[in-house]
Amino acid sequence: NFRSNMPVPNRLRDLIRNIRSCKTAADERAIIQKECADIRNGFREEDTVFRCRNVAKVLYIYMLGYPAHFGQLEALKLIVSSRFTDKRIGYLGAMLLVDEYREVHLLMTNSLKNDMDNPSQYVQSLALCTLGNVCSTEMARDLTPDVEKLMKTANAYVKKKAILCACRIVRKVPEMMENFIPLTKPLLSDKNHGVMLTAVALITECCRKNPDAKANFKKLVPTLVRILKNLIMSGYSPEHDVNGISDPFLQVRILRLLRILGQNDSGTSETMNDILAQVATNTETSKNVGNAILYETVLTIMDIKSESGLRVLAVNILGRFLLNNDKNIRYVALNSLLRTVHTDMNAVQRHRTTVLDCLKDPDPSILRRAMELCFALVNSTNVRGTMRELLLFLSRCPIDFKSDCSSGIFTAAEKYAPNARWHIDTMLKVLTTAGNHVRDDAVPNLIHLLSATDKMHAYSAQQLFKAVSEVNDLSVQPLTQVACWCLGEYGDELVSAPVEDEPVNISEKDVLDMLDKVLRTSLSTAVTKSYAINAVMKLSTRFQGCIRQTQEIISIHSTSHNMEVQQRSVEYNVLFNKHDNLRPGVLEHMPQFEKVTPPNHSEDGEEGTAEQVESVQQPAVVAAPEPQQQSNVDLLLDLVDFGSSAPSTQPPPPIAPTNNNDLSSLLDLGFSGQPQPAVNGYNAPPPMNNLMGDSLLDGLNSQAPNNIMQTPGVTAFEKSGLLIKFQFEREGNVLNVNLTATNSNPQNINDFVFQAAVPKSFQLQMLPPSGNSIGPSNSNAVTQTIRLNNPNKAQPRLRMRIAFSYQGQPVQEMAEFNDFPPSAWQ
Amino acid sequence: MMKFMLLFSRQGKVRLQKWFNAIGDKERKKIIRELVSMVLSRRPKMCNFLDWKDYKVVYKRYASLFFCCAIEESDNELLALECIHRFVEILDKYFGSVCELDIIFNFEKAYFILDEFLLAGEIQESSKNKVLRAVENSDSLQEENQEAEATRSILEEFGLS
Repeated sequence: NFRSNMPVPNRLRDLIRNIRSCKTAADERAIIQKECADIRNGFREEDTVFRCRNVAKVLYIYMLGYPAHFGQLEALKLIVSSRFTDKRIGYLGAMLLVDEYREVHLLMTNSLKNDMDNPSQYVQSLALCTLGNVCSTEMARDLTPDVEKLMKTANAYVKKKAILCACRIVRKVPEMMENFIPLTKPLLSDKNHGVMLTAVALITECCRKNPDAKANFKKLVPTLVRILKNLIMSGYSPEHDVNGISDPFLQVRILRLLRILGQNDSGTSETMNDILAQVATNTETSKNVGNAILYETVLTIMDIKSESGLRVLAVNILGRFLLNNDKNIRYVALNSLLRTVHTDMNAVQRHRTTVLDCLKDPDPSILRRAMELCFALVNSTNVRGTMRELLLFLSRCPIDFKSDCSSGIFTAAEKYAPNARWHIDTMLKVLTTAGNHVRDDAVPNLIHLLSATDKMHAYSAQQLFKAVSEVNDLSVQPLTQVACWCLGEYGDELVSAPVEDEPVNISEKDVLDMLDKVLRTSLSTAVTKSYAINAVMKLSTRFQGCIRQTQEIISIHSTSHNMEVQQRSVEYNVLFNKHDNLRPGVLEHMPQFEKVTPPNHSEDGEEGTAEQVESVQQPAVVAAPEPQQQSNVDLLLDLVDFGSSAPSTQPPPPIAPTNNNDLSSLLDLGFSGQPQPAVNGYNAPPPMNNLMGDSLLDGLNSQAPNNIMQTPGVTAFEKSGLLIKFQFEREGNVLNVNLTATNSNPQNINDFVFQAAVPKSFQLQMLPPSGNSIGPSNSNAVTQTIRLNNPNKAQPRLRMRIAFSYQGQPVQEMAEFNDFPPSAWQ
Repeated sequence: MMKFMLLFSRQGKVRLQKWFNAIGDKERKKIIRELVSMVLSRRPKMCNFLDWKDYKVVYKRYASLFFCCAIEESDNELLALECIHRFVEILDKYFGSVCELDIIFNFEKAYFILDEFLLAGEIQESSKNKVLRAVENSDSLQEENQEAEATRSILEEFGLS
């Protein structure tokens, strides 16, 4: 016997004792490591005598949270052993350790099949138990006939287990229910409670997995009703009694099945009315178990097409539950009211005050249900009272409730607000109470609301100013953001026309001081600071006496560490210094937002989607002037990339190349400016909080309308019907050459590509052409802009390469253009 | 349907874990960690129910042990409590006033009892006695087996087989 030269392994009991005596986690690990090594050795030596003991130890080690998969195959080896002890531990190990690996399952399927055929009911039981708990899809298909066979046996002990295996199989492979449905009817007339209990479970599972299967079982309703009746009418039966109630487990299961069968079926529901009334009135409710039955009965009454009297009875039971001292009962009451609130709104509405009281419970599980129910119960008549309670709740509830609660309040307020002022007040209260727990979308939503209620602008601005000054530390970001937007937009109304019933004197300086504070404090996020700097900028046109101060506040942040804030500061400074005449136009009042929330920019196909998403989330903070305003504003709009309201004819300017050296070295190679294709996205701003578009600065520097100098067009190239004309626009050192190419031939010119080169002292940038196909007979001209930076004011020379195809023939032309008018460069 | 049942001590040590659904090892550990800390952080006077993901968690403390199970949204929480209580009663009868140590040292027996009471996440037997009888009969089968085994090995030792 080769095993004699191996040490006898520790007993399970000793291992547990050793582990329990460990003082530290490290000790425990050490012991377990050693034990695992020994067990592995035992496994490797194919030690059959102690395999069972070793697997049991693995199971204990697994329970402590250590890896134990090396025991998996050994457990399967135990299963095939003929000893009952081995099988028992082996199946236990298989249930705990085996996961859904197909190979292992294949091994198991065979053992299960054999053991289900074993003469001992206890061996059969082990196999059925394992199948019921770990059955996979493949196993379900392979073993269904064996399960069917055992469902027909006379032995109730094996039968009930087989029925639950069928239940598991139906869960895994619903179409297998075909095999089991014919077997269910006789099961219900079995005297054994285990068989009845499991049979009802199987029928329930079939109905849940396939609602069409319900038809098969509706004829069983009288049988189910009879079983239930016997249970409540029969006297004390010690075998199945729980606190004076006969088999509550079976009762609840039958009630649940009746609910499923009676749903949307008045005929079937009809046959249940009496028994439900009996259960509801006869059940003793001093103990939990009675309430469990009553709870199930109420759910069934509410779910099926029951009589109205019965429904009243059910809601009254729930009302009684709500007042119960037992927390568990209150919890299920709230839970079931929540489930029935949509069908029996008025009945549930009567318990509103009790539900509101539940908001004071210290138990989060109850609070969650009560809060949800409160939101379901809000309507236009009780909105003020309910919201008052909910706002109080918001201030004291646990932190993880705050965002759900504030979102709920926002939704309910939007739906049922009695008037605009109440709505605004409520939303402001949420912002001040829930602080930073308010969800992000609340800010744009509230701004939207404030903008849309035009009579309340001064009032809102004043309330927000007060709220922010009271919060003082400015740490509440959503509130500060809304306040900044509102003060920027309506600061002038706030200062000039104080609200009648609450006169407060807020001066221009107060407002600017506050915004300044927001910009300086480290508590503000970058988004908040962006809101604030925009507000300050807007106030530069709304406040008459404070231009100096606004400019100071803004210019300080031109060195901000935050790129977004810095960029805004620099851009606004440029607007102040170079284009002051444009400022009032750019900073016009925002038009009122439409009531409909999703803004639609989609007609403007050129815009990048990133920006559209951005503008949905954050209503543009800088005033977007309307299209009929002066033309220079239109021009600016094109540059600013707003595009949405202004008709745009030119392609939007690209982001200026940052490295001019790169560009000039490109020029050395001869030709540059292979025209960039006018595709979406290439000029789309990066998806950051881009409220004005990236190219504002760039555009203002180069194309400010007030010093643009235009010259009439000249012919640059003319050959075989293709005519290219230049027209010049000069802005300081930058010369824009606007190219127009026309075609007098009877056919299209296709694949038109224009390339240009200039001497080294110039910098050249080609903007995308309007297209690459020129229409026949001077229709559909192609336009393109060549941008020439001429810092030395030298006379430009331009070399051109023109490529196109006409009637399928590729054509290439070279030419030079030197006749720049003196006004274009001197 | 019950999704799983856990027994753990007040220190958070798992004493029994029964899974009725195929759940990977990592996920099991994560669930245990989450639930143990959620349940242990609740105060004694709170209700016995917790919302957790798509399930309802029903737990109850018996002396130093927490019994905790997850049931589906449509299941009856109050009945789940009864179910836990029934399991405790059977354990108590089997071990004779059960304590945590009984379950630690005889964890396999606790599993055997649970397997006679619940199967596939459903209650299979509402009679306490029938559950007990089934476990005890299996136990005696195991002992007969062991005795026969022991006799045989003694006989073998003396060269008498």
